[in-house]
Amino acid sequence: MGNKAYDNLIVSSAPHLVSPVDTSRIMGAVLLALIPSLGVSTYVFGHRVLSLTLVCMAACVAFEYLFNVMTKRTQTISDLSAMVTGVLLAFNLPSNLSYLIAVIGCFVAIVIVKGLFGGLGQNVANPAITARIVLFLSFTTQMNTWPLPRALRAADAVTGPTPLGILKEGNGVLPSNLDMFSGVIGGSMGEVSAVALLLGGIFLIWRQVISPIIPVSFIATVAVLALAAGQDPIFHITAGGVMIGAFFMATDYATSPRLPLGKLIFGVGCGCFTMLIRVFGSYPEGVSFAILLMNIITPHIDNFCERRLLGGGEK
Amino acid sequence: MLQRKKHLQSIVVPHQKDTAQKPTEVLPTPDFVYLSMSQHIGVPCNLLVAVGDRVQVGQPIGDTEGFVSAPVHASVSGTVVGVEGVRSASGGEDQLVIIEADKEQTLWENIQRPQVKTREDFVKAIRSSGLVGLGGAAFPTHIKYAPSKPKDITTLIVNGAECEPFITSDHRLMLEEAENIIEGSLLVMKYLELKECFIGVEDNKPDAIEGLARLIREKGLSNIQIIPLRSRYPQGAERVMIYEITGKTLDAGVLPAEVGVILSNVASIAFVGQYFKDGIPLIKKRITVDGNAVTRPANVLCPLGTKISDVIGFCGGYKEKPDKILMGGPMMGRAVFTDQLPVIKNNNALLVFSGRQAWIQEETACINCGRCHRACPFKLLPVQLSTAVDKRDLEALARLKVMQCMECGSCSYVCPARKPLSFNNKLGKNIIKEAAAHGK
Repeated sequence: MGNKAYDNLIVSSAPHLVSPVDTSRIMGAVLLALIPSLGVSTYVFGHRVLSLTLVCMAACVAFEYLFNVMTKRTQTISDLSAMVTGVLLAFNLPSNLSYLIAVIGCFVAIVIVKGLFGGLGQNVANPAITARIVLFLSFTTQMNTWPLPRALRAADAVTGPTPLGILKEGNGVLPSNLDMFSGVIGGSMGEVSAVALLLGGIFLIWRQVISPIIPVSFIATVAVLALAAGQDPIFHITAGGVMIGAFFMATDYATSPRLPLGKLIFGVGCGCFTMLIRVFGSYPEGVSFAILLMNIITPHIDNFCERRLLGGGEK
Repeated sequence: MLQRKKHLQSIVVPHQKDTAQKPTEVLPTPDFVYLSMSQHIGVPCNLLVAVGDRVQVGQPIGDTEGFVSAPVHASVSGTVVGVEGVRSASGGEDQLVIIEADKEQTLWENIQRPQVKTREDFVKAIRSSGLVGLGGAAFPTHIKYAPSKPKDITTLIVNGAECEPFITSDHRLMLEEAENIIEGSLLVMKYLELKECFIGVEDNKPDAIEGLARLIREKGLSNIQIIPLRSRYPQGAERVMIYEITGKTLDAGVLPAEVGVILSNVASIAFVGQYFKDGIPLIKKRITVDGNAVTRPANVLCPLGTKISDVIGFCGGYKEKPDKILMGGPMMGRAVFTDQLPVIKNNNALLVFSGRQAWIQEETACINCGRCHRACPFKLLPVQLSTAVDKRDLEALARLKVMQCMECGSCSYVCPARKPLSFNNKLGKNIIKEAAAHGK
């Protein structure tokens, strides 16, 4: 091309270089981190885990696509956030739930909780959590019929209670801590295996996708309050949604505080509400309600921490 | 060696220093040079020559009494063939003195080694050399070397961090002109009566660190110390470097002199060393030429005023059609609209990008990930600042300390939503300045 003169070059403001990490890469990392849990769950509950997860992913992406088309917004399905919502919602459902109910959940998550509030980053509450709560209140029976894990399945009984259900009702034998940890227990698809979720969470922390503050403070608070209530802390950490909630739902960027102190307050708050509901509430499980509650006060936590940040010693 | 345990927040920007092992090549005298009258941050120079005048190398052709200004000298010998008003890279008006080179490169007869006895002589000599901060800010050096309370200054910091990707001109300078750097440092220390000198170099340039350290050992200098710094961005920013070396923090707008420090770029210091040997003012500049659209990336020593297209031509020309040309590095450099602009004093790189490297990626929604805040050396809140800029909320801009931003671009670099956060901060600063100018 030689030594030619060129005009009308692109002029833009510095920096002229950006990190390769963009939104879709972050969401992709979250999807990757959820794979171990999907694997264990498929092993424990069978192939319906896979099909239900796929249905939720497809429905979420489809709702996001249609919503953007109908509201004439820029198409955002390529950022993979709808897929993450789909998987997280699926992981919060019993594996024998009807596809129709799951798709209704996806509609609530993507259209009502996310789209109508302005899309990615604008939603006040976590879409998957809120959708789960809506389904829980609307389809209580279906959402509380838990399939038994393959290892415990007898010839005639295919459903049974979750460990927290056993604890609440007081009838039946609690599974061992090892079963709780590995995931051979009844429950929602993605929340059964503490070890698989822990693996995914550590991966996200290592990739610097999430900060460890929220998961650690959440789980530590649950453990401390369990001890205070005279119950087994390991049981409470591994039962129900604590692991998936702490690593994957409470750490949702849009609905959790952005500064370290805020994250600490948020994590402790989630842990407190979870244990309050578990010990005193009428529901066996409190993680989703706890996170939803803390989502609502996140803006206030942010305000409080920003005032401290800017008021105090600034570098 | 001094190593701090606490660091300012910083980011990792992968380095693409392809030209680090390429010795500097001297650009042959171009046919024409285009000397800008505005190569410093103050008011532009007034012309000292007219069309038709014959000029010689090192002869002053522009100067002004204005405060933060420095004279401009002819970089070639030849005839002034024109004076042209053009739009500068920064968008303002600029005046170019066009000299047709006779290729003889005869030195101006008045050139002689500076005769310096006192601090005042030294500052005067620096002023007449036309030296400005060669790291990028173009702040006239003689003003920096004449602080209001000279007694309180104890430390000289020589900035050899070079934390921008691609740029290697300072790295080459440290390898090729180590002697000048040490001599320049000693001169500044002597005339400004400074006790100590630290040369900060990022630890990704071990050969430069080793070379300078060996020279210091050979000369038996105890008051100059090499400080290896972490290879993090923005290590070379003035306020970051001062913190990392002395532990002192300073707010935006505060001169380093107020914490007892004078900080100069390694290229400026090396020029001082050279200038006191031969008395030739600042007329050439070592620049890195790189980018995916240039045929032969290189480090080039070229006369000031050489057209960008001539420099690229010397480097084998364009490999493909350029889409973006930067004066400076990709993190803080300025994109120019044409390659017909000349090389100026504070220019340390020409980067020519095409295709993917030049793309401006589409902005998506903020996901509130907080990466921008974690990247900011001063812990600002770039997203909150952007919102304040959108609303022109002066109160919020002040509360969020927009003036502390040094536009290093770290927040924009890490933003997964590709938001122009650094640019918004610049807008925010302008809004505040505008309001102050209108007395609001």
